[in-house]
Amino acid sequence: MAEASSNLELVQQKLGPKALETSRFRGDDILILERAELTESFRLLRDDPQLNFDFLSDITAVDYWKKKEPRFELVYQILSLRGRRRLRVRVPVPEDDAEVESLTPLWRGANFLEREIWDLFGIRFIGHPDLRRILLYEEFQGHPLRKDYPVNLWQPRVPEREVDGTFVDERSRNKLLRLKQSLGRKNEAKQKPSS
Amino acid sequence: MMPETQELPADIMELQMGPSHPATHGTIKFNLKLQGEKVLDCDVEVGFLHRGFAKSCEQATWTQVVPYTDRLNYASPLINNVGYALAVEKLIGVEAPPRCQFIRTIVSELSRIYDHLTCCGMASSELGAITVGFYMIEAREMIMRVVEALTGARLTVTYVRIGGVKHDLTHDFTESVRRVFKNVRRILDDCDRLVSRNRIFIDRMSNVGTISQETAISYSLTGPILRATGVNYDVRKAYPYLVYDQFDFEVPLGSKGDNYDRFVCRIQEIEQSMRIVEQALEKIPTGPVWIDDPRFVLPEKEKVYNSIEGLMHHFKNIMEGIQVPPGETYFAVEGGNGELGFYLVSDGGGKPYRVRVRPPCFIAMGAFHEMIKGHMVADIVPTFGMINMIGGECDR
Repeated sequence: MAEASSNLELVQQKLGPKALETSRFRGDDILILERAELTESFRLLRDDPQLNFDFLSDITAVDYWKKKEPRFELVYQILSLRGRRRLRVRVPVPEDDAEVESLTPLWRGANFLEREIWDLFGIRFIGHPDLRRILLYEEFQGHPLRKDYPVNLWQPRVPEREVDGTFVDERSRNKLLRLKQSLGRKNEAKQKPSS
Repeated sequence: MMPETQELPADIMELQMGPSHPATHGTIKFNLKLQGEKVLDCDVEVGFLHRGFAKSCEQATWTQVVPYTDRLNYASPLINNVGYALAVEKLIGVEAPPRCQFIRTIVSELSRIYDHLTCCGMASSELGAITVGFYMIEAREMIMRVVEALTGARLTVTYVRIGGVKHDLTHDFTESVRRVFKNVRRILDDCDRLVSRNRIFIDRMSNVGTISQETAISYSLTGPILRATGVNYDVRKAYPYLVYDQFDFEVPLGSKGDNYDRFVCRIQEIEQSMRIVEQALEKIPTGPVWIDDPRFVLPEKEKVYNSIEGLMHHFKNIMEGIQVPPGETYFAVEGGNGELGFYLVSDGGGKPYRVRVRPPCFIAMGAFHEMIKGHMVADIVPTFGMINMIGGECDR
């Protein structure tokens, strides 16, 4: 217990004013960190020989819509493989400027995790090499894990994407066209009696 | 006279493998850049099985989330149940009674065994070792029957509840587990003789999908993939939960971090899991399997029908859901594929404010291009097989 609290004290001491608050809840060490120069703060947490939080376990976000200001909070779970210590880092992010620095220069595994947060929460990551949607499709409108996204909202149907140069030869392209035509005829035949 | 050398076309071909491909069990798409048969780059597209797990959990009560967790990693649903229940209990600040903790340990290890058997069996049968595939599926089926007798279901078990388990072990559980383990050991011996020194198998698995220690840590890989590189990180040893600190077991480590090491790690972990179950069955104490707290546990039916308190507790727990104090917590267990973490936020109501699962195989798919770069198209099959991507967990 004494060791655990010194862990937080050490973090507070190393990060200085960037560490806004430290607390303990149910045995977890929690650090609330300032958004500015996030990569540098994490670099310190990772590379400092006394802290040595070398493993990024998880990144996620929480939307405290109408509950808290600023609205979003990014949650990083980091741990020290050798020291057997865990730390949860929370970074508040305001709604009107939902951007934070990407951690991909430090941990390459942050790539997928940050893409997921962009996809589901709409928080942008500065310096991310490839910020695309990951679980949903590009045409999806909105960010579904935000609390103001209604759970029963329907998305418009997406038109079929143009296929370019994927087919090996003309023969298979013609075959596909014929297939489409015949399917179209069948659909027309189906629709006629109902209308 | 030297024959005139003929240059093969050096164009880079883009090939889309999947989303529905017989070798990628699970719906996933690889956008490959190929030079001949060599993979230059691979862009993994996941999300075909996305069904809004987190959003659904926010609409349900804390208890109603348990069945959703079954559907995450459907190769080892019991571990998901245990992880979620432990996370909620940590947030509430209660601890299950000792017998319940032993039962949870036993079922998670049984689950891990059949997760590994599924993964290794499927991976070997894809490489042509169909016999091994069938043998391992047979062993898995035996364990599945034990789980079925205990829980009443094969995949969607919902056996572990918040504050306990659904019911105690069946009277013949110990004997049936012992009998099954004898058979599983025999089958694993057979499989070991079939593949472990088989030239074809080793040639396909060894030095394929290699990843170094530093890269594995940088990509946040956990589970057998990380341990195959030689990093000793197992949540059961590093942050012991339940009663794992009372058992004597080892963490198998690899050295090269290739597919063969992953395969061997998994096979050895099966043996270690069987050891844990056997020790647990010997040490298991008697006692209740539920915590004694009507705020979180449904009362017995007899009490519900015959006393007003019982009826009230039942009504409150069902209609409003159990009341979890505000706060947040992260709890990680060792799943079949790595660290399975639950990050829960409560605002004090009967419903979770946020449920986040740390999916081990989603993170492993993020490193897939690193493993496959420079190898052949055919090497995708064993590499993907040893990650053991489960769509339900990867895409949530």
